[in-house]
Amino acid sequence: MTAIIALFSTMAIGAGIIFFLAGTVGLIRFPDALTRLHALTKADNLGLGLIVLGLLPLSSSLGMALKLLVIWVLVQFAGATVAQLIARVARSTERGE
Amino acid sequence: MLGLALDLLIAALVIGVALWTVRTRDDFAAIVGFVAYGLLLTLAWARLAAYDVALTEAAIGGGVTGVILLRASIRLKPVVTVRKPISARILVGLLCAAISAGLSAVVLLPMTPAPSLATEVRAHLAGTGLGNPIAGVLMAYRALDTFLETVVVLLALFGVWSLTPDAAWGGRPVMAGPTAAFGPLPLFGRVLIPVGIVIGIYIVWVGADAPGGKFQGATILAAMWILAMMAGLTKAPPIGRWRLRLLLAAGPIVFVAVGLAGIPLAGAFLAYPEALAKPLILLIEVALTLSIAATLGLLVAGPPETASGAEP
Repeated sequence: MTAIIALFSTMAIGAGIIFFLAGTVGLIRFPDALTRLHALTKADNLGLGLIVLGLLPLSSSLGMALKLLVIWVLVQFAGATVAQLIARVARSTERGE
Repeated sequence: MLGLALDLLIAALVIGVALWTVRTRDDFAAIVGFVAYGLLLTLAWARLAAYDVALTEAAIGGGVTGVILLRASIRLKPVVTVRKPISARILVGLLCAAISAGLSAVVLLPMTPAPSLATEVRAHLAGTGLGNPIAGVLMAYRALDTFLETVVVLLALFGVWSLTPDAAWGGRPVMAGPTAAFGPLPLFGRVLIPVGIVIGIYIVWVGADAPGGKFQGATILAAMWILAMMAGLTKAPPIGRWRLRLLLAAGPIVFVAVGLAGIPLAGAFLAYPEALAKPLILLIEVALTLSIAATLGLLVAGPPETASGAEP
């Protein structure tokens, strides 16, 4: 049982890291603000989500697991809001030029 | 081995980002670099198991200071940077090198055994009613330092207020942009602020026994207030209001009052009578939390821009 849990955690966290890596590459390589933002939000949502998923079975108590979930939800919410705000600014400056 | 590699990587990144922040010519880029530097320092403190310091660095070093610098840089534009003459730069470089050398000497050539009161603190921690040794040191053994830290934050606010134009004295700082009332920010504020207030209070409360405390919790509370002001959900208060001034001063006043009461009751300034230590520390922490949160919020809001009589 512990071996299965360890395997699951390793795979989930590994997949999360790959998403972060891909998001970072996109942030550096993509041509304009909107596509860069797209790459970044994928890293935030899926990458962090998979890492939290991998950490859940390793958490020592229910309270700890809940805290991890709350962190994921708060980061999602903040990330989505900031992405919207940046996208608005990017679009309005595009139109202005 | 893996741990050492991670530590070396973090150290290299901290130094690299610091150099980049100093070298870059653009204000905005330098501030982003400074915030990244704060987050990397947070990682470094966490690696040293100094979670209290890591939390403070993330909240104040990376967070609030970054926002204050951003707002200051917007006010400063357009700015013309003049390069100082070569002699002045060499002098500054030499002084910085001397400080670095002194600090390195202290870190690299420690006295053996290192002078430490850690075991003494551990032995007497129960007398303060606190479970977190960091909170014990801050509130009991180094209470004067903690008191002066909170006064420094208040003095910084006086500095910001002294930039107020005469016509706006007593008026409100302006936080929200003209389009703040539309879009995602007000929704974000309405949902996040209640959650953030609970988390801020939790961080203050848990600070007695675990990493956390008034500075970190107050920063989260201040952030919620700043968010409300930025999203246009509330206005910054007029700085002339006496209730606001009382709130700002409440923390230091309570601290001094308890400290003075310690002279007859416990024999020294800022000493607590053994039986009352925990409730007195709680009282100080609550008052300080409110004052620090209000002060940090107003520091970010900046000097007033509207005249005090210009609105209902």
